[in-house]
Amino acid sequence: MSPGARTLYDKIWEAHLVEIRGDGTSLLYIDRHLVHEVTSPQAFEGLRLAGRPLRRPKAILSVADHNVPTRKREAGIADATSRLQVEALEANVQAFAVPYVPLLDDRQGIVHVIGPEQGFTLPGATVVCGDSHTSTHGAFGALAFGIGTSEVEHVLATQTLPQRHSRNMRVHFEGSLPDGLGAKDLALYLIGRIGTAGGTGHVMEFAGRAVRALSMEGRMTLCNMSIEAGARSGLVAPDDTTFAYMKGRPMAPAGPLWEQALANWRNLPTDEGATFDRELRLEVGDLAPQLTWGTSPESVVAITGQVPDPGTAPSAAEREGILRALEYMGLQPGTLMEDVPIQVVFIGSCTNGRIEDLRAAARVALGRKVATGVRALVVPGSGLVKRQAEVEGLDRIFLEAGFEWRQPGCSMCLAMNDDRLEPGERCASTSNRNFEGRQGRGGRTHLVSPEMAAAAAVMGHFTDVRRLLEAR
Amino acid sequence: MIPFTTLTGIAAPMLRANIDTDLIIPKLFLKTLVRTGLGRHLFAELRYDNEGHEAPNFVLNQAPYRQATILLAGPNFGCGSSREHAPWALLDFGIRCVIASSFADIFYNNCFANGILPIALPIAAIEDLAAASGPLTVDLQAQTVAVAGRLHPFDIDPARKASLIEGLDQIGRSLANLPAIEAFEARRSRETPWL
Repeated sequence: MSPGARTLYDKIWEAHLVEIRGDGTSLLYIDRHLVHEVTSPQAFEGLRLAGRPLRRPKAILSVADHNVPTRKREAGIADATSRLQVEALEANVQAFAVPYVPLLDDRQGIVHVIGPEQGFTLPGATVVCGDSHTSTHGAFGALAFGIGTSEVEHVLATQTLPQRHSRNMRVHFEGSLPDGLGAKDLALYLIGRIGTAGGTGHVMEFAGRAVRALSMEGRMTLCNMSIEAGARSGLVAPDDTTFAYMKGRPMAPAGPLWEQALANWRNLPTDEGATFDRELRLEVGDLAPQLTWGTSPESVVAITGQVPDPGTAPSAAEREGILRALEYMGLQPGTLMEDVPIQVVFIGSCTNGRIEDLRAAARVALGRKVATGVRALVVPGSGLVKRQAEVEGLDRIFLEAGFEWRQPGCSMCLAMNDDRLEPGERCASTSNRNFEGRQGRGGRTHLVSPEMAAAAAVMGHFTDVRRLLEAR
Repeated sequence: MIPFTTLTGIAAPMLRANIDTDLIIPKLFLKTLVRTGLGRHLFAELRYDNEGHEAPNFVLNQAPYRQATILLAGPNFGCGSSREHAPWALLDFGIRCVIASSFADIFYNNCFANGILPIALPIAAIEDLAAASGPLTVDLQAQTVAVAGRLHPFDIDPARKASLIEGLDQIGRSLANLPAIEAFEARRSRETPWL
């Protein structure tokens, strides 16, 4: 331990203290606020009822993403309640002069995809959103966390939030990931190891060779899933990969301000000798592709593995939990994961809806066909991701293979729009939650990487994608 | 916000682990523009069958738990989505207190914003509460849960305790310190002008 050495989290925390209240809470300044249609209407209404002004409209970026249709959007939103919610957002952002990306704008997309894409997310900033996957933005070395609607209202009114300091945790991913594996495999492996409450009360910094080697898209996937490990936030220290991604983005600083910001950002990484409350080292050089079998993101196995046997559970409560999950998922203990057939494939979401994710899936899909009886959706995370993919010809690869090529939005990750599973349907999904009913009542979700989703689509069952890649 | 002092009521046991906010209030009901009226949709996918009829085996469809004001749960209650619709639905149903062996962060925070008291107790204590037949009494000031003459003490952060007992307006409290916020913003504009 070195005196004065601080973690990345502590540096951001200390730079945003407005007031230390002496009761264990501190008032933290919020730099960036992302707003979407589902968790904001009651917050705007609260401001109105209290007669409070919105403190800093320019600190906000708003967009509709959860409810939006992913096809024939130009014709409007058919579902009346979805339409009302999007219209309410449009009325609120107009009334309070909040920057808004319209539904038919090319920049529209999932809030956690467009924030980084526009350069709205910055290293060293505090970023909040009424959405648990706000942790995504931690990939830039921003302190980013999801909040409830009352807290959304609090930020709209004060640009601050009362917060308690979390504990510092660091996870080192050592080694180099094998070909065909990516950040999603790291995230699932970690959650499988520590559980969905494994990070509760902690801000989780990701470090190690495998993390440094990740692109910004990969780092976003990893930080995105930190909430599924229960963490308050995920963090990756900003480096040249971060700065190269950000430079020239529309809302990122430019010219002399860029140089000034860069000098500041280079001081953000955790100091040598800083102490963490908890450290974990995971060797990932020999990792096999990871996927979930059950109804919690911690129900993780390798593709080379099998559906677990409740008989081996360490306690009665856990045995009961496995039995319930097996029943819901319609699986038998001991079944090889590669023998599990799927009917639906979903590639998209704030976890895996970025250009690199689509490239990774297209690499597997190229020249192959979606298996008979499988419905496979590709939903780009934003209009700009969609456009870039089309420039690269990825849409052609997907369409020729038999995938559907959709318009951007949250889509089947949470099925608030028309994209959902029917009862009993089994889905290989690149999203973040395999909870009961998450993708549609009675739907069965298996979380996978984009590569593994594409492999499942063309084979009709889960498949070790490494074999398909070797066959090239 | 309604202050919370003491509560005596029926406690419904749902002792499974990892009850997520999708389960507490499914996405269909997030399309609302208001905070109220979600009680009838609480745990909708467990509570009703595909035709919308009550599932007789579900605890909140059974007497006396239809009148429950307290929920008993296992570890990691409220994990997943940040939706405040989860505490809104609990509150609208009549639940003012959730006793679980642990909670997910965001849900835990959202409870306090809505006058719901989340209490973390060891699983053995929760099993004891679930086994009791009569009502429980929760005393926030004394930090105890009482059943059939037995007392289970619980821990709670003093600031959170005070805000529940007083039913404080958190936004008003922060705004009372507007000069500190303005001073912070002025310094921030000088030191980190790109923000």
